[in-house]
Amino acid sequence: MKILICVKQVPEITDVRINPETGTLIREGVASILNPFCEYAIEVGLDLRRHYGDIEVVTISMGPPQAKAALMRCLEMGADRAILLSDSKFAGSDTWATALTLAEAIRTTESDFDLILVGKQAIDGDTAQVGPELAEILGIPQVMYGVGIELTRNKKRIRVKREMEKGYETVEIRLPGLVSVSKGPMIRSVSSFEEILDARKKELRVVTASDLIMDEDELGLAGSPTQVVKIFPPRVKKGGELIDGSEAQGAAQKLVEFLKEKNFV
Amino acid sequence: MLIINTENCTGCKICEKMCPFGAIVVFDKIAHVQDNCTLCGACVNSCPEGALSIERRRVPQEELDRYSGVFIWGECEEKGERLIPKKVVKELLSQGRNLANKLNQDLTVAVLGDGRLAELETLIAYGADRVIRCQHRLLGHFTTDSFTTVISVLISKEKPSVFLFGATAHGRELAPRVAARLHLGLTADCTGLDINEKGHMVQTRPAFGGNIMASIVSPYTRPQMATVRPNVFSFGDPDNSRKGEIEDFEVVLSPAAIRTKVVGIEQLRDEREVSIEDADIIVSAGRGCQKKENLDLIRELAASLGGEMAGSRAIVELDWIPHTKQVGQSGLTVGPQLYIAVGISGAVQHVVGMSSAKTIIAINKDPDAPIFKVADLGIVGDAMEILPILIRELKNKG
Repeated sequence: MKILICVKQVPEITDVRINPETGTLIREGVASILNPFCEYAIEVGLDLRRHYGDIEVVTISMGPPQAKAALMRCLEMGADRAILLSDSKFAGSDTWATALTLAEAIRTTESDFDLILVGKQAIDGDTAQVGPELAEILGIPQVMYGVGIELTRNKKRIRVKREMEKGYETVEIRLPGLVSVSKGPMIRSVSSFEEILDARKKELRVVTASDLIMDEDELGLAGSPTQVVKIFPPRVKKGGELIDGSEAQGAAQKLVEFLKEKNFV
Repeated sequence: MLIINTENCTGCKICEKMCPFGAIVVFDKIAHVQDNCTLCGACVNSCPEGALSIERRRVPQEELDRYSGVFIWGECEEKGERLIPKKVVKELLSQGRNLANKLNQDLTVAVLGDGRLAELETLIAYGADRVIRCQHRLLGHFTTDSFTTVISVLISKEKPSVFLFGATAHGRELAPRVAARLHLGLTADCTGLDINEKGHMVQTRPAFGGNIMASIVSPYTRPQMATVRPNVFSFGDPDNSRKGEIEDFEVVLSPAAIRTKVVGIEQLRDEREVSIEDADIIVSAGRGCQKKENLDLIRELAASLGGEMAGSRAIVELDWIPHTKQVGQSGLTVGPQLYIAVGISGAVQHVVGMSSAKTIIAINKDPDAPIFKVADLGIVGDAMEILPILIRELKNKG
């Protein structure tokens, strides 16, 4: 059985700050990390391998050459091998062009996959679109917001527990299929020194545009139906009154008055 | 690709500062583009010399002009025995009405469901010119396969210029599937929509966890598709004198087309309990509440105000509350009249999920907590000491 896990390298968003004078992102010192939801997807994939054995875990990413670091992290966590789609012709891809390029790469080199795992969303773009778009292009069913996966006895189907607006539901699909992961199995382990050394011996292959059967106008910006026309800082709301609440009785009193004034009590 | 006109470039480094990705480097007094350029376009308008441009593909206007009309997906939810439009549909109707008026086109709602569909006339009262009812026994419960098929067929037949979905759990599963099937652009989770001078829909959305806003257009594909964040847009009162039509659309579906089978359901919230997305008053807890037992105070305060309890991602990860009550970028966007944030520091990912609340109160020990920047009233203090007194006072008053 073969599981493909699509991952993305993202900036550590919590470190991103805005320069109040210019309104631009301050990116100095902002580290690049493996998107946390992608990390959950890797954990779910490795957990399946641990449970059922005989599963190859292959991780794929599209990005600039430095995205290799995110794939190295996947290999250190335990993935068997990695593929990086990297070419200046891919630059400017929106979610559609990204999904199409990933789909072509998968068709070209990994068409015998059984399951694709993706993170629920990436913390930089937050679109959550590439997963379903990839599933549609490959013509396979999808289950979003998964928190746990079980294989059926003959390994032809999976049962996915997924988050819903009112709780959870368990959905069964026949493989091949795609699952987006919103939570890991909560057994995160720190990679050992051996695993880190081991990761360097694993295969990390770079695929470029010339390896794929795609027209130039399907790639990157030319192949992207959406275009960013403007980037600007969000409107910042002005903070209201700030009071000292070290004396609890007085603070509670102030809150009651405020709630009354606004007609909430 | 990003083209730098070396004759105009003065090496002023403004573009270097504007680039969110650090992909422009100025040396030898000229800007140079690096491999990690994503062609986001942030630099182009910043150049005082107009030395930067991006090459883009063109499609003939007459092809695009064949598409007309603003469509929205009228997502429904079960209420007792009926299937009625969700609150987000009213928000979409108010935005869709604006767009339709600016384009001088009709506003249509596509509603998918089974025989339990009800209250469709309210869609007209909230601004629709047409309601297209797609009724089939296999549409009673949402499945990506059935809904993608029906909406794709509807789009192919009706050829709208705009199609909007609520960025709800189902909307975010469905819209990319439809977009991919029809090879269309799609913008996720928009918080602003407008029409520009060329008649294109300008879709504005937060990126980088809400640190920056991006405006996006899909100039060469129709319909222009977007998902719209719930609880951001307001809507007015219904106008029951508005005229509109309810039409039926013939649906052809076979059970074999649905590849997912629901084999188990675990309900965390029963039907009477209000979703935090629809709540008027929310008391929300963060890591600053220190331990799970302290959430009883939050619950009690919420109950005494007639509101709901919610929380930040941090306490969902700690398993203190279920994901159904998570506010923020990776949870739900709420828009209550009153939001009380207790022990929540206010990371930007949390703030984007609640900043459209009408009144915000924050209680936090840290006077520098960013949550105070969005709060109408901020209290620097220990909530665990303040809340018991507050609850008692409210009870005495009540």
